[in-house]
Amino acid sequence: MMHGTMHLSIGQEASPVGVCMALNLEDQITSTHRGHGHCIAKGADPVRMVAELLGKENGYCGGRGGSMHIADVETGNLGANGIVGGGIPIAVGAALSSQLMKKGTVVISFFGDGAMNEGAFHEAANLASIWKLPVVFICENNGYGMSSSTELAFNLEKLSDRGLGYGIPGITLDGNDVSAVYEATEAAVKRAKSGEGPTLLEFVTYRWKGHSRSDKNLYRTKEEIDEWKTKDPILHFEHVVVERGLLTEADIAQQHRLATEQVIAAVNEAMKGKPADPAGLLDAVFKKVSA
Amino acid sequence: MSDRKLTMSEALREAMSIALDERPEVFILGEDIGIYGGAFGVTGDLYHRYGKERIRDTPISELGIVGTAVGAGLSGMRPIVEIQFSDFTAQAMDQIVNQAAKIHFMVGGGLHVPLVLRTASGSGTGAAAQHSQSLEGWFANVPGLKVVIPSSPYEAKGLLLSAIDDPNPVIFLEHKLLYKVAGSEDVPEGAYRIPLGVSRVVREGKDLTVVATGIMVTRVLAAAAELDKEGINITLIDPRTISPLDMEPVYASLAKTGRLMVVQEAPEHGGFINEVIARVVTGPSLGHLIAPVTRLAGMNVPIPYAPQLEKAAVPQVEDIIKQAREVVVNWR
Repeated sequence: MMHGTMHLSIGQEASPVGVCMALNLEDQITSTHRGHGHCIAKGADPVRMVAELLGKENGYCGGRGGSMHIADVETGNLGANGIVGGGIPIAVGAALSSQLMKKGTVVISFFGDGAMNEGAFHEAANLASIWKLPVVFICENNGYGMSSSTELAFNLEKLSDRGLGYGIPGITLDGNDVSAVYEATEAAVKRAKSGEGPTLLEFVTYRWKGHSRSDKNLYRTKEEIDEWKTKDPILHFEHVVVERGLLTEADIAQQHRLATEQVIAAVNEAMKGKPADPAGLLDAVFKKVSA
Repeated sequence: MSDRKLTMSEALREAMSIALDERPEVFILGEDIGIYGGAFGVTGDLYHRYGKERIRDTPISELGIVGTAVGAGLSGMRPIVEIQFSDFTAQAMDQIVNQAAKIHFMVGGGLHVPLVLRTASGSGTGAAAQHSQSLEGWFANVPGLKVVIPSSPYEAKGLLLSAIDDPNPVIFLEHKLLYKVAGSEDVPEGAYRIPLGVSRVVREGKDLTVVATGIMVTRVLAAAAELDKEGINITLIDPRTISPLDMEPVYASLAKTGRLMVVQEAPEHGGFINEVIARVVTGPSLGHLIAPVTRLAGMNVPIPYAPQLEKAAVPQVEDIIKQAREVVVNWR
């Protein structure tokens, strides 16, 4: 049904949810190639998301972008990005806009562990720090940049230590604990909005699925994947809220049902869309110059 | 009106000053553009007039600078980036090519990137291979970028104001030998705009149509003045923007002259002039040609240091005279 590539973030749900809970609608995010979670958490319409994956005209990008380029201006999502690290300087630029236009907003830059070895991260982090921009850098460390483990790619215990070189406080947290993610983000957002500059948060997590469709998981063991599945951020959250008596098992079952129904409805609705039309292919290469 | 013979630097600065006055969302960022006034003095005193927020000095960080401008552009600002030498755009190519050029299209039109990237282009200053390139062909090959090459102070001011107005990313390539040369035309004091995507007929002559941009417009004009004395009359067309490219005046001219010569400083292989030739020989002008198409370009070599080597690597006035004369005389 879907012809192109995509990168799933199953197992990493706590980061997008916890981070976006700390944001207002006007606050902005830049996302990554593994961006479905960020998109939903910031408030995107699942019908238009699925329609995009299906290459329909009613998709977020009219079928021009696919999974890796979904943006949603209304909810402040400046877009997923097919280039590792590509969104980081863009987030810094959006934060500069916020500062210059006195918007009082924050910009969240989501990226993975792999992006921290791209020059874009280093240049962007430095600019954000010297100008004290309202941006929060969120490294979702899922253990692998495609097949390269963080052990192979870094000589560091905590990737958040990279903040030190730029005068940016760095904190490493359990990225599967949605409450911890939320609290850390809230503090970093407050700091950013009060003009104190950026924070680097590293959320340690794990992706259950392969990098993309072609991944045969040759670089990691089934045991490792299974072990991380026991640390499922959703299960973890459910345990906590039931333990504290905030929700019952029945409430949780009801939420699962609602979520499943919402996804099925979105798929059914999206499938009704018209396939993207080659006749309009050139329309959006340039934005029309207004007279 | 009194004479206003400005240099290209002065004309560019006037355009930026007008844009800074007209639009609060315009700001400039780049290396050494503040107190220093720009590597080639183009921003000059703007820092003192508009302050450090709007005339924003950056660290040496081209990818970060352009990426920051992309992000600022798609969230309400209208940045003008200065990259000291066009060669350094190689450091920022991801943000130019993969981000700025494609965002509007990739996301289905919901976001756009109003961004002008001004940069110094071309050889002739003894700066050698990493500070002298003419890279317009790279950018013209990327859908989503507009590519502007001004050839005089008057053109530079009007084109830059249009580039700043444009809602799309515009690469604005300024030849460094033109910065300090006063133009022959007066530059009006106030705002005027030259639309992007409209070629200019610089001069008309019956024998040969020459297409050239930037510094080569100056050199073809000098060559044409010499050839006039021999009775060989050249039409010179300056596309001004090579993407989008307006070929109509070229077709119209070829209907009269029947002979085409294209000139560029950039290396011949893969260069923009080949696009002009391709459109002529696959388009409406083929039947008008009475002579083989001829091209004159930089050699396929990195720009060398020693002055005699540097001159030999790119077309000079005498090269243009010789080649233009040959095509006219041999194909009467």
